[in-house]
Amino acid sequence: MRNRALLAHRIAITVLWASAALTLGILVFIIAYILVHGLPVLSWSFVSRAPTEMGRSGGILPTIVGTFSLTVLALAIATPLGVGTAIYLTEYTRPGVLTRVVRFGAESLAGVPSIIFGLFGFMFFVIYLRLGWSILSGALTLAAMILPTIIRTSEEAIRAVPESYREISFALGGTRWQTVTRAVLPSALPGILTGVMLGMGRCIGETAAVIFTAGATLRLPTSVFDPVRTMAVHFYILAREGISMRNAYGTAAILVISILAVNFVAYWLMQRFIARHS
Amino acid sequence: MAKGKPSVNVQGGGSSAGIQAAETGAAQIGMSSRELKPDEKAALREFPIAHDAIAIIVNPANHLEGLTSAQVRGIFSGVIRNWRDLGGPDKPITVISREEGSGTRGSFDEMIMKDAEVTPAALVQDSNGSVRETVASDPYAIGYLSLGLVDQRVRAVKLDGVTPTLATARSKEYPVVRPFLFLTRGEPTGAVKDFIAFVLGPEGQKTLLREGLVPIDPNVGQ
Amino acid sequence: MTIEGRTARGKRRVGLSERGVERVLTLIALSAIAILGLITVFIFIGGIPAIARTGLWSFIWGHKWAPGRNIFGIFPMIMGSLWVTLGALVVGVPLSLGGAIFLSEVAPSRAARVIKPAIELLAGIPSVIYGFMGLVILVPFIRTHLGGPGFSVLASSIVLGIMILPTVISISYDALKAVPDTYRDGSLALGATKWQTITMVLLPAARSGILAAVILGMGRAIGETMAVIMVAGNATKVPGSLLDPVRTLTSNIALEMGYAAGLHRAALFGTGIILFVIIMLLSVLASLTTTARDKVR
Repeated sequence: MRNRALLAHRIAITVLWASAALTLGILVFIIAYILVHGLPVLSWSFVSRAPTEMGRSGGILPTIVGTFSLTVLALAIATPLGVGTAIYLTEYTRPGVLTRVVRFGAESLAGVPSIIFGLFGFMFFVIYLRLGWSILSGALTLAAMILPTIIRTSEEAIRAVPESYREISFALGGTRWQTVTRAVLPSALPGILTGVMLGMGRCIGETAAVIFTAGATLRLPTSVFDPVRTMAVHFYILAREGISMRNAYGTAAILVISILAVNFVAYWLMQRFIARHS
Repeated sequence: MAKGKPSVNVQGGGSSAGIQAAETGAAQIGMSSRELKPDEKAALREFPIAHDAIAIIVNPANHLEGLTSAQVRGIFSGVIRNWRDLGGPDKPITVISREEGSGTRGSFDEMIMKDAEVTPAALVQDSNGSVRETVASDPYAIGYLSLGLVDQRVRAVKLDGVTPTLATARSKEYPVVRPFLFLTRGEPTGAVKDFIAFVLGPEGQKTLLREGLVPIDPNVGQ
Repeated sequence: MTIEGRTARGKRRVGLSERGVERVLTLIALSAIAILGLITVFIFIGGIPAIARTGLWSFIWGHKWAPGRNIFGIFPMIMGSLWVTLGALVVGVPLSLGGAIFLSEVAPSRAARVIKPAIELLAGIPSVIYGFMGLVILVPFIRTHLGGPGFSVLASSIVLGIMILPTVISISYDALKAVPDTYRDGSLALGATKWQTITMVLLPAARSGILAAVILGMGRAIGETMAVIMVAGNATKVPGSLLDPVRTLTSNIALEMGYAAGLHRAALFGTGIILFVIIMLLSVLASLTTTARDKVR
C-alpha cells in the first residue's frame, strides 16, 4: 500500500517539476524568439529616426515618444489617486458602507477588460469631453486602467509597515497625516514603487485601450492634444499587415526589453522592501 | 504646396463615416471609397481623385487561372466549398473577408456579391494588409484585396477573363473598380481648395500611382 | 485649513487640518467607484440605441450578425467567448495548479526565487506579443498538422490558457500558502506522502481560494482582445469544432470599431454592455467565494 502511495507521490512530484519547467520554458521561449529576431534590427538609427513609407522602413522614434508620454502622464495621474485611496483604506478607514463601496470600486475596476476601457475612453474623453484622439485621452484612459493595480500594491505596502512606526509617531505628538507622510509612506515606498512599476509595464504593453483613445498616427506629437502611436500599437499594425516583419521584430524587441527592465526594477524594489520589513 | 504650411489631419473611419463627416461639416473634406447614394449626392460636391480595382487573390502556390463572377459569388457565399469543384485539389476553401463597415468590403458586397451574402464561416481580418498576409500563408485561402496592395506574396486571378491591371482598371474592362472621392459641403475655398488642387495635380496624382491606385488623371501612369 | 501645532521646537504652523485631509482622501478614494460608474453610464449610453432597436432577446439570441443590413445578433460571439474561455481553462488551470503546488509545496527556495519573478514576467508580456507568437507558430502548425484554417478555437484556447497562467498561479499559490502548516505536519505525521497530503488535505482546504483563482482566470480570458483577434479567425458563425474559426465578444468590438458609425457603432457598444455585465457577474462571483472562505475560517 505504502509503495503504491510512494510511487504515485514520485510520479506526481515529477509532473509538478515538469509543469513548472514548462511554464518557465514558455516564458524563455517567447523572450528568446523575440530577441533573436529583433535584436539584430536594433540600432541607433532605428530608435532615433522616424518611420518612412508607413513603417516599411526607417525607425520608430515617434512610437517611442508616444509610449513614453502616455506612460509618464498616466502614472502622474494614477499614482496620487492610487496611493491616496490606499492611504484612505488603511489609515483613515472605519468599518461602514463607504469603505465597502471604495473597495468594491477598486476591485471591480481591476476586472474590467481593456477593450471596455477603450470604448469608455473613446466615448468619454475623445468624444464627450472633446479631447479628441490625443495623448491626454490615452493617458486618462490608461490611468483609470492601472488605478486598481496601484491601489492594491500600495495598500499591501502600507499595511506591511509595523504598527510601532505609527505608535511612535503618535506618541511624539504627530497628527495622523504627519504620521502617514513622515513615518508610514517613506517606509512603504519601495512597495508602492513596485506597484508603480507594474502599472508602467501595463501602460507600455497596452494596445486595445490605446488605439481607440490615442489614435495611431506616425507623426511626432507636439502637445498633449496630439494623437500618437505607441510601440505596442505599431508592432500590432506592422505584424498583422505584414508591412515589415523586420521592423515588427525590432519594435517587439524594444517592448520586451522595456518590460524586462521594468520588472527587474520592480523585483529589486520588492526585495528591498522585504529586507526592510523582515 | 504653395504658401504657408497648412497641416492636414487625417482621421480614420469608413466611407459612411467620411460622407457623414462631410455632410455635417465635422470634416472639411470627407473621403469615400464607394459611389454616393442618391440621397447623399444632394448636399455634397464630389471630387474623384483616383480609382481602385478590387482583385481576387489566392496563394502563389495555387494554380488557379481565373474565376467568373458567378464562381466568386459561389465561393464567398459558401456554396462552393472545395477546391476540387474548381479543378483543384481536394481541399476545403478558406474564405477570407474584411469586416463589415470597411469600404473594401462594402464595394465587394455591392459590386460582386450583389444579392448574395458573404458566408458567416468566412475568416475576417480587419485590414487589407492582414488579408494579404493570411492568403499569403495559407495555400488554400482566397480573399479580395485592393489592387494597389497586391504584391509578389499573393496572386491576383482573372475575373471574367480579365486580369486586373492599371490599364484594365482604367478602361473599366476589369469589372470591379471603385472610385476614391473627396467630398465637400458646397464649393471648397482657401486651403481646402488648394489641397484638392494639389491632389488632383501632377504631384498628388503621381503619389497616388505610387501607392498602387489608378490616378484620375489619364496622363499619369501610362 | 491650517492649524497651529506644538512640537518639541515650540509652536509651528503644521499644515493641513486633519478634517481637511480626510475629506480630500475620501474624495480621492471614491475615484475608483466614480470611474466605474462613468464607464457603466457611457457604455450603456453608447449601446442602448442598438439594443432597443433590435430588442434585447434578438440581440443576445440572434444567430446573424450583419451590420450592413442592421441585423445585430451576437449569439455566435457569446458562444465564441464561451468556447474559447473554457478551452483556456482546460489548457491553463491544470498547468497553473501544477505551478502553484510546485511553488508552494515542492520547490526548493532557490528554484522558487527564480520561478516567482518569472511568472510576474509572464504577466507583463504584452498581449499583442502573445497573439503574434500564436500567429506565427500555433496557427501554421494547426493548419498543417491538424487541419482547418489554423485560426481556430484551439489556437485561441492555447494562447489564452498561457496568458491566464500568472493570474491563476499566483492566486492559487496564495490560497495554498494560507493553509496553516499544522495541516501539513499533521498529515505527514500520520504517515501520508507529500502528494497524499497535497491531494487529500491541502487542495480541499484551499479549495475556495483556488476556485476564486479559476474564476478570475475566466474573467481574464473573456476580457482578452488583441491576442484573440490575431489567432481566432473571427468568423461570425458558432464554431462547430475546435478547429473552426471563432469570434469572441471582445474581437467583435475591436474588429469593427474602426469603421463603424451610427447604429453599427451602437451595436458594438451593445456588445460591450453584454461583455461588461458578464465580467461584473464573474467579479461578484469571485468575491463571494472569497468571503465564503473567510466566513468558513
